[in-house]
Amino acid sequence: MRIKISHSITYAYDEPVRQITQILRLTPRDHDGQHVMSWRIEPNIDGRLRAGQDPYGNLVHTFSADGPISGLSIQVDGVVETLDLAGVVRGAIERVPPEVFRRDTLLTAPDDALREFAVAATRTDATPLAKMHALTEALHSEMTCDRSGQRNGIGAAPAFAAREGIPQDLAHVFMTCARQLGLPARYISGYVAASDALPLAEGAHAWAEIHLDDYGWIGFDCANGLCPIDTHVRIAAGLDFADAAPVRGARKGGSGENLAVSVSARKAGSRQVNQ
Amino acid sequence: MHEGKTWNGPNQTIAPHAAKRPDLTMLSRTADSLYWVSRYVERAEYLARILDATTRLTNLPSSYGGAGTEWQSAVATAGCEDTFAKAYGEANERNVCDFLTFNPDNPSSIRNCFALARSNARAVRTALTSEMWDALNSAWLELQRFEKKRMDREEFARFLEWVKNVSLVFDGSAYRTMLRDDGYWFSRLGMYVERADNTARILDVKYHVLLPENEQVGGSLDYFQWTTMLREVSALTAYHWVYREAVKPLLIADLLILNRRMPRSLASCYENISRFLDSLGDAYGRQGPAQRQARKTLANMSNTHIDSVFQRGLHEFIEDFITENNRLGHTISEQYLQ
Amino acid sequence: MVAFDEMTGMGTELRPAYDALDRWLKEAPPEMLALRRSQAELFFRRIGITFAVYGDEESTERLIPFDIIPRVLTKPEWSKLEKGLRQRVTALNMFLADVYGPKECLKAGIIPPDLVYRNACYQLQMVDFQVPHGIYCHIAGIDVVRVDADTFYVLEDNARTPSGVSYMLENREVMLRLFPELFAMHRVAPVDNYPDQLLATLRSVAPRSAPSDPSICLLTPGQYNSAFYEHSFLADKLGIELVEGSDLLVKDDVVYMRTTQGPKRVDVIYRRIDDDFIDPLVFRGDSVLGVPGIIGAYKAGNVTLANAVGTGVADDKAVYSYMPEIVKFFTGEEPILKNVPTFRCREPEANAYVLDNLEKLVVKEVNGSGGYGMLVGPHANKAQIETFRRKLKSHPEGFIAQPTLALSTCPTFVASGVAPRHVDLRPYVLSGANGISCVPGGLTRVALKEGSLVVNSSQGGGTKDTWVIDA
Repeated sequence: MRIKISHSITYAYDEPVRQITQILRLTPRDHDGQHVMSWRIEPNIDGRLRAGQDPYGNLVHTFSADGPISGLSIQVDGVVETLDLAGVVRGAIERVPPEVFRRDTLLTAPDDALREFAVAATRTDATPLAKMHALTEALHSEMTCDRSGQRNGIGAAPAFAAREGIPQDLAHVFMTCARQLGLPARYISGYVAASDALPLAEGAHAWAEIHLDDYGWIGFDCANGLCPIDTHVRIAAGLDFADAAPVRGARKGGSGENLAVSVSARKAGSRQVNQ
Repeated sequence: MHEGKTWNGPNQTIAPHAAKRPDLTMLSRTADSLYWVSRYVERAEYLARILDATTRLTNLPSSYGGAGTEWQSAVATAGCEDTFAKAYGEANERNVCDFLTFNPDNPSSIRNCFALARSNARAVRTALTSEMWDALNSAWLELQRFEKKRMDREEFARFLEWVKNVSLVFDGSAYRTMLRDDGYWFSRLGMYVERADNTARILDVKYHVLLPENEQVGGSLDYFQWTTMLREVSALTAYHWVYREAVKPLLIADLLILNRRMPRSLASCYENISRFLDSLGDAYGRQGPAQRQARKTLANMSNTHIDSVFQRGLHEFIEDFITENNRLGHTISEQYLQ
Repeated sequence: MVAFDEMTGMGTELRPAYDALDRWLKEAPPEMLALRRSQAELFFRRIGITFAVYGDEESTERLIPFDIIPRVLTKPEWSKLEKGLRQRVTALNMFLADVYGPKECLKAGIIPPDLVYRNACYQLQMVDFQVPHGIYCHIAGIDVVRVDADTFYVLEDNARTPSGVSYMLENREVMLRLFPELFAMHRVAPVDNYPDQLLATLRSVAPRSAPSDPSICLLTPGQYNSAFYEHSFLADKLGIELVEGSDLLVKDDVVYMRTTQGPKRVDVIYRRIDDDFIDPLVFRGDSVLGVPGIIGAYKAGNVTLANAVGTGVADDKAVYSYMPEIVKFFTGEEPILKNVPTFRCREPEANAYVLDNLEKLVVKEVNGSGGYGMLVGPHANKAQIETFRRKLKSHPEGFIAQPTLALSTCPTFVASGVAPRHVDLRPYVLSGANGISCVPGGLTRVALKEGSLVVNSSQGGGTKDTWVIDA
């Protein structure tokens, strides 16, 4: 599937900012399941934009600018060709050994409820792969997913306790359970295109990948209750959201930050419709 | 490995200041704290003076014509009418004294001035001499003891005396123990910018008693208002030495605004501000907007006679000065402190 | 448990190191000792006052009890210990260079890879990054305990931001003032050159691009950090700026200090902020203590951080248990200093043994410090033991266990007079581009409660001056 993505992130400040630095993880890389046809990142103010990589091999842009800055918008546009490989990720850049992804982090710290759930939800399944499918389904039905894009994540344990969260929270819950079962799990940020299979899923999204000895890394999207298909565009991986966040920033001065985000991810060539 | 060969000998000492700042510069945060420590100490002393003078004024028999607004005027002079109105409403002795001394919600109470001075000092502990730190730290401990006491008039007077004394001790230790470099200059700048602001505020609130049309009204009230103003800036005796005349409004204005011999006059403050800014400019090899602005204000005052101040309007003059002085504070901050 | 006493051995002799001190103690009337102790406290308040903040809650923490009787080591004893420390720190630095580089020790099976990879202190940012001059752990504090005349054990390696060196320096200062007659009777090796050595170490590791007179600063979390007075003490002794995160800014991968004369470039940062808080763009985003972009500057080779980021992987208690193998692998020598025998609870047989013998063992949390996440079996009650039993069963990988050691004792002036109390020792080892240095002695911590083995200041421990004397 050829997916056209347009993502704009706009900041407005009540009181101008003196200096700003942002770390942008907004650029996909190729692997067997996706090929980047074109990609472009453009801030709307003058500054310095440098490309680099982080320890996971994610493509990172560092943008810094001096103020006074009363507003900043970053526009991302690109086209990616994807294949449905049933969630299996091959041919991706792998810089970090899978064992690393068994660490607990602040956002994926387990509690007793998660430990028990991880075991209970996967008890009847024999293989790790079957267990992960079972976990995906269990969380898909157990937890409500908020796709409004209006909230921040709260971490695995609190989200699980509330049985509700944004896609980021669901991915963290899933990863925490998988790590409890002894499997390396990583956080993936990316986009999902609207499609017949997932008509309501369009936008920025998050899911998890699990490392299984026989297969390597496989994606599991418990917000949608399936393994990533050709609707999923993979951007960045990390130990949790903090490592793979699309934007991390720091600013000096200024106050009253207002953020507006709009994302569209559509099959290329498809007609735009009024939503 | 090769001890002694590769390492500095054990007896080699490091001269901290030589090694620390060979080119005489300091962290902006340190300079900022030194500047504000002095401002807050100066402010605390000023508040104590206002309270002291107001108490005296209100203690006069009513036949001397007390207007009954002395406490309101004290709050105005302290520059915190809005906060006061919200917290208390009525301006009587108890409310105003409480508000200006120990009230933790008044950002400019004596208590908070000492608290802020100490926390600024603490953050840059090594930039202060131990004498300066001791002055602030003991003041803070002592203040907590005063806070717990029941205050009668006598105890309150002792407290105000003590506050003025803290300021003297702090000022004296800075003068006697600080290296004469940028740290000292920033500390002094803070003191003089604050002092200029304080003197100007007294004039701003009470300018009307100095106006010529009030002179005829005369009577004892004005006389005591005038001497109160002089007392607030510790200048009653100085007045007589300088002018050798009975207290007259025009001369009071001259003393407080233009007379450089008077250490709390606006002109004297600006003479010092300008001098310390010049020291900074020379040491750093660069003059900036702060130097130019201070020099301009000083020059204006040198070329002005008190008569023309009155002709142009005393109130306008004072208001302009307060605005200019605030602006200089911002300029100093932008040029050096952030 | 009978412990070795550094003055009287097993109670039957007078060891030569303490010869003069013993004579002096015998002649010293208890009132005189008590007087000197109160003078010492006064001196401490006075010297310390320059940095301490009395009148605050923290001041109680600042005034750690000081014992006036010095702990004495002879030069030969120290020389052997020092050799061991140098060897240990050399190995720590080589280990760090290896796990962030070629990973030979993992390939050779010296240490299980997951102990490194799953360790939160193993910083991925550091993988394949060449630190300036190849040194990771510039300042190490190695906690050692003594069990007999010849044997020192390493209890713990501190490779992140070891503290306490200001006590070592102040203790000596106070002793010199209070007991000139004791110093006249001994030839005590000086420690007051530590600040010079630290400064030389920091200068030596400046990035190669830095000027010959590099600009150095000490980065503190600020005045509310419990070690703030030490930060300010050291900055003052070294003659370097004491900066907080907000005093530094990064532009185009270069770090600057905000000064009254505008931005001033910084070449070396002695940082006393933990990895997690040092750069909100890379580590914890909620940190307000750090400097956004500092990791970028570090990785661009424009600034040296001391200690390097990621040294915590070397002082993890689970990694500790492999230190003898690590020392041998990297230095090719037998370890001079012993490790305390350690049961790794992650290994099922070891854990089974630990669970069966909890009342005899000391159990420590792998990532804990300060003696809190710790069980001292022989001194614990039933409830405490059961708590740890549950913890060990639910996540054994979080713990190690060690036999209780008979820590040596030293004469200490307590309420009942002069009596033996258990001690440990933290020597400070500096590694620079010009080699390793270590001032003689270190910080002796003493458990003031009779029989207690816990020397942490948070739990009733005090400190002593430590003397290395010409025998």
